[in-house]
Amino acid sequence: MSADDAPGTDAADDLNAFITRETVENDSDGPLAGKTVAVKDNISTEGIRTTCGSAMLAEYVPPYDATVVERLREAGATLVGKANMDEFGMGGTTETSAFGPVKNPVDPERVPGGSSGGSAAAVAAGEADLALGSDTGGSVRNPAAFCGVVGIKPTYGLVSRYGLVAYANSLEQIGPLANTVEDAAALLDAIAGPDERDATTRYDAAEGGAPGASDVSDDTHPADATEYAAAADGDVDGMTVGVPTELVEGADDEVVEVFEDALADLESKGVETVEVSLPSVEHAVQAYYVIAMSEASSNLARFDGVRYGTAGGEGNWNESFARSREEGFGDEVKRRILLGTYALSAGYHDKYYKKAQDARAWVKRDFDEALGEADVLATPTMPVLPPKRGESLDDPLSLYLMDANTVPVNLANLPAISVPAGEAEGLPVGLQFVGPAFGEAAIIRAGSAVEE
Amino acid sequence: MTATDEGAGSDADAGVVDPDEVRHVADLARVDLDDEEATAFAEQFADVLDYFAALDEVPEVEDEPDLVNVMRADEVRDGLSQEEALANAPDSEAGFFKGPKVS
Repeated sequence: MSADDAPGTDAADDLNAFITRETVENDSDGPLAGKTVAVKDNISTEGIRTTCGSAMLAEYVPPYDATVVERLREAGATLVGKANMDEFGMGGTTETSAFGPVKNPVDPERVPGGSSGGSAAAVAAGEADLALGSDTGGSVRNPAAFCGVVGIKPTYGLVSRYGLVAYANSLEQIGPLANTVEDAAALLDAIAGPDERDATTRYDAAEGGAPGASDVSDDTHPADATEYAAAADGDVDGMTVGVPTELVEGADDEVVEVFEDALADLESKGVETVEVSLPSVEHAVQAYYVIAMSEASSNLARFDGVRYGTAGGEGNWNESFARSREEGFGDEVKRRILLGTYALSAGYHDKYYKKAQDARAWVKRDFDEALGEADVLATPTMPVLPPKRGESLDDPLSLYLMDANTVPVNLANLPAISVPAGEAEGLPVGLQFVGPAFGEAAIIRAGSAVEE
Repeated sequence: MTATDEGAGSDADAGVVDPDEVRHVADLARVDLDDEEATAFAEQFADVLDYFAALDEVPEVEDEPDLVNVMRADEVRDGLSQEEALANAPDSEAGFFKGPKVS
């Protein structure tokens, strides 16, 4: 878009990328000084309403900043607004927002992907230099791929979730979006690191902390020891890239073609590609949705119309609570709360939830084995090109299947990046690299080689 | 049937969900549904639960728990003021949240 389309003009508002436009300048002279950042509207901003894309929270104004927002301020970034999103992060197209769908800047007829669709669209349209999204099953990588920008889903525990309105705690991480790998990595540098207000960011390997942490030799959080932006040097000579056949076979032909061209280009830069197998991924999407919906049914119990949310009116507590939630939640949110409640209910817990946990452990083991044979894994980020708005909303199952390549990464708590790999039919195709736990530097390096 | 009827015979198979069962789960989850929603969800749940049934094929997998208790010193620190905590409540009175009767 042209330089005339400054934020606030009609052309910019056409995309509906922001729920709230509010500029918060920053005079601190940090590494992000002069950079504008859009923040997904499920990340708390003190004094600026944070709606989660839901009518339930249309009037909610947090009394505190999320840790990542505090760190943006410290780094000197300028906030430009709160980005539109699927309601409570539930959706893959940013069509479930109570504030209306977002348009894809590449083709306004099409969805921007989701659930961080507003964040990706804001960056792709030049409305913000950088953006924060959150990724529970692909919600940063999916819109990055559909809008032709870069998105990183960090290792679980790298970035504080304090102040992120929870949907599925065991899966979600806040992640950066930007036009280049280096910019996304610089934003990751600013937000990553331990936070005493989120104990899942702790990583005290030297004190006998988390098993699996043994590859970190000191007792610091990995973010303290690495500069992610510096890793975007494009130097992939000698790197081994594993290609999981299961996650390529399911993708559309035109997507696979772009993916394979990008791999061939990497090979010309000294990368060795090897085939790897992830037999468990066949069950990953089912496991993901059972776990995510179960966690959602519990997390969203806090929206009762008493402490916050839509007031439920007359009647006893149960009636008022149920009415508040009928009025405040959209269809996809209700669907997931109900399915989660069902999966956790007596008689079904073992059939769904316990089996999903088994599948999750299996996926983790598969990834460990595959990453024993390669430095990083590569797949198409999304198996399809961005669909047109309205095409997939009525069939929840088809929407869930779109996440086949991204959700296994969240189940395994690993880091992944989506980088633009080329175009098919004039639409962007994303390439995803998956790394070992806290191996952000490797996927950033690989990603930077794709964009060269 | 209800979601707590473990031995409800063939009705307990995944994929068989009627609007009454959807309403029962909605009751448990404290979400009101209108008739139209209950009917639409029943159809969609059949598809989704049918799909989830593939989890039956998943083998039991040993999962080494990579969780560890993290403690911090139990120190008094600043929190939200009462005013801030109440600021988003639809209704409050004399420094308390005001909610409906419990029963």
